[in-house]
Amino acid sequence: MCTVCGCGDPKSPAQPHDHDHDHDHGHDHSHGHEYGHGHGRGQKLDYGKGIAGAHVPGLSQARIVQIERNILAENDRYAALNRQTFKERGILALNLVSSPGAGKTTLLVRSIADLTIRCSVAVVEGDQQTSLDADRIRAAGVPAIQVNTGKGCHLDAHMVHHAMETLALPDKGVLFIENVGNLVCPAAFDLGEATKVAILSVTEGEDKPLKYPDMFRAARLMILNKIDLLPHVPFDVARCLDYAKRVNPEIGIIQLSAVTGEGLAAWYDWIDANRTLARIVG
Amino acid sequence: MHEMALCESVVRILEEQAHEQGFAKVTVVRMAIGQLSQVELESFRFCFGAVAQGTLAAGAQLDIETPDGKAWCLDCRRDIRLARLGEACPDCGGYALQITGGEEMRITELEVE
Repeated sequence: MCTVCGCGDPKSPAQPHDHDHDHDHGHDHSHGHEYGHGHGRGQKLDYGKGIAGAHVPGLSQARIVQIERNILAENDRYAALNRQTFKERGILALNLVSSPGAGKTTLLVRSIADLTIRCSVAVVEGDQQTSLDADRIRAAGVPAIQVNTGKGCHLDAHMVHHAMETLALPDKGVLFIENVGNLVCPAAFDLGEATKVAILSVTEGEDKPLKYPDMFRAARLMILNKIDLLPHVPFDVARCLDYAKRVNPEIGIIQLSAVTGEGLAAWYDWIDANRTLARIVG
Repeated sequence: MHEMALCESVVRILEEQAHEQGFAKVTVVRMAIGQLSQVELESFRFCFGAVAQGTLAAGAQLDIETPDGKAWCLDCRRDIRLARLGEACPDCGGYALQITGGEEMRITELEVE
């Protein structure tokens, strides 16, 4: 049971689900009605006709309500809570996003092996199903929690909030949040991270930054992975980097291979610099 | 399909508002969803119909305004219209652009009973 929102299922709070149970309401009212209404011509229950004569006592008539609410306000509320926790504990939280198969988990396993010498590390693993990735991470020797999104295509801040309740958080260290492999949906959801890191591999199309601009705009760093395979694939690095800069002139770019280790030093330097920032300014 | 999750957020906001402001049914939801926001409108409308079923917003009409994408061109030093991310400044052809508008995803007004 969630202590913040009262939800019972931390795994898929934002997913649609069929109901075979009633929800309790936090307020007292009757759902019955004692007034008449027409059911004419195969329409749905039509409470829209004759409003003045048929409104429920205590409720006002048809009216306009002005509200200015960001659709993602609830997600952003949890993101702010998460961010506050990261700030208080000096944690650098990175939201890793990519297509499936870009090498997120391989990069993570390698990074963990190298980073645990200098700081504590923990991982939130998002996948639609299975705990295979979290198992891989735990085998690498750091705490990991698997969040299965079910039919969901992205992690949201609420899921991460719950994950943080049970995960041993890496004080003054790095929390990697490996999002669901998807270059579209995770772009919209702030999890409270310091930044999104978009990972693209050279076995994909070099035009992905243009095809999925939201993600490359949402990220502050792009990692071009699997550069050891460049001799074998028709991937134009210069063009890819140009496309990434078109959608996000400020994006940083690191080219590396999680398998051979080439370029990893730059990635770790970037992490160290941002850990320092997380400690100083949160 | 994050449009599904966005629609669920919308319905949750409507339910909160119904509780706070005392209404039982929403007939029209007015929204501003910018051209540069991460929402596919057709998908959003489809998902909203499905998500709203059985809620206070069942059958509600979606009235969506789509503010233009705007950016500041650092080279031209002026505001430009930007229909899509990744497009160049129409004047100088450059990409040194800072997005200044068209990213909103807001509910602005409801018609309720």
